[in-house]
Amino acid sequence: MRVHVDPDKCQGHNRCYALAPELFDVDDLGNAVELNDGVVAEGLEHKARLAVANCPEYAITITE
Amino acid sequence: MAANRHAPVTDFATDFDHTDPTWVNNPFPIWDDLRQTCPIAHSDRYGGTWLPVTHEHVSAIAYDTENFTSRAVVVSEARPGPNDLPAPIGIAPPITSDPPFHAMARRILLPAFAPRKIEALEPFTRQLCNDLLDELEGKDVVDAAIDYAQHIPLRVIAKMLGFPAEDADYFRHIIHLILEEGITIGEDEEERFAEQQSIDGYFDRQIADHVTNPRDDLTTFLLEAELDGNKLMHEHVRGTMTLILVAGIDTTWSAIGASLWHLAQHPLDRKRLAAEPELMPFAIEEMLRAYAPVTMARMVAKDVEVGGCPMKEGDWVLLPFPAANRDPAFFDRADEVLIDREENRHSAFGLGIHRCLGSNLARMELRVAVEEWMKRYPDFELGEVDGQPATVTWAAGQVRGPRSIPVRINA
Repeated sequence: MRVHVDPDKCQGHNRCYALAPELFDVDDLGNAVELNDGVVAEGLEHKARLAVANCPEYAITITE
Repeated sequence: MAANRHAPVTDFATDFDHTDPTWVNNPFPIWDDLRQTCPIAHSDRYGGTWLPVTHEHVSAIAYDTENFTSRAVVVSEARPGPNDLPAPIGIAPPITSDPPFHAMARRILLPAFAPRKIEALEPFTRQLCNDLLDELEGKDVVDAAIDYAQHIPLRVIAKMLGFPAEDADYFRHIIHLILEEGITIGEDEEERFAEQQSIDGYFDRQIADHVTNPRDDLTTFLLEAELDGNKLMHEHVRGTMTLILVAGIDTTWSAIGASLWHLAQHPLDRKRLAAEPELMPFAIEEMLRAYAPVTMARMVAKDVEVGGCPMKEGDWVLLPFPAANRDPAFFDRADEVLIDREENRHSAFGLGIHRCLGSNLARMELRVAVEEWMKRYPDFELGEVDGQPATVTWAAGQVRGPRSIPVRINA
């Protein structure tokens, strides 16, 4: 499983970073970026799905 | 509550007014009713105002920066005049700015409000909450809004801007004027002008002080910031300082107050939060969804049709994110407050390019304020006067939150 943040859609709500800091970081402007090329380590799948489901801008996608 | 100079509303579908006491006290039934009968309402008040109440329409308008301008974001009798900075800048950048200027003005400020910058303010905020709680020690009836919630963002913002903490009463006055009284005093040009002069004068004195004594705060940061290699215009700096003061205080104070008001009435939620502190982040987002304080506004930039409604250039449009957050077409059990709600795509901080710049700060203050209150007072309830529930009063206008919450502390 991989996660991806669309930088054109991300507005810096930081919901993903708060829910899954293992998967996302934020830059100096507060916009989100995926860590580790988006690869979701085993055991973090639920957090990845939570990040997707809480993004107000629909900026995060998962590919299996 | 603002002195309401308008006639009472009898029909919210055709003549709504967001300062009407019925709306101020409890807007949710109004929005629920409109969602089923008239999802975009219109009123002739304020020179013509639209009110979308579904998530679909609120988000569509928030994303449409071509047909809707942010030049004015507080619906009032007064419209931007020849003396106000025009679009795309507006009087308080970047909240009143449109593309392409908006992104440049916002980019200057974003680093100051990014998560790690805000994390650094958490110890100060926690200490402040504890100092406020210390002052309440030994009392069995306190006001959770007046004695606690309001002071937290006031002091945090004063510290960030580098303004004297003892000016807090004056900040409250400014905010009340702009967000409440200002809505209806537009008819009186002279009164409005005098107040504006006085507010501008206060900011000018703070700017002059920082020019003489630069220090590590947001005011000096703004004075040193550059746009295209030039320092910001004086009006830009002053407008942004006004924005930070007005948008950073009333809003967060409302969110803290509404959360404590909810917890005062829900003993099971209090017990669960005490027993399962890991729920706190979800509970905080749920409070933000259910009691989102901020309704934004736009002006129609070009004639446009939304949901079959013909919006004309210059019309106001209220953007009630709190109504979008209660839309059952978008949220399961939208009318219930579920502190363990895991999927919560709420829009308390807006949607699109104008996402609340201070959202990381607001969320931190709200979480810390609730955590520290609950640690000190895990058991409390709404106060009573002569056996009747004491009156809780709510702010009128586009920022909604409780301004007085008498609570009884149970030992």
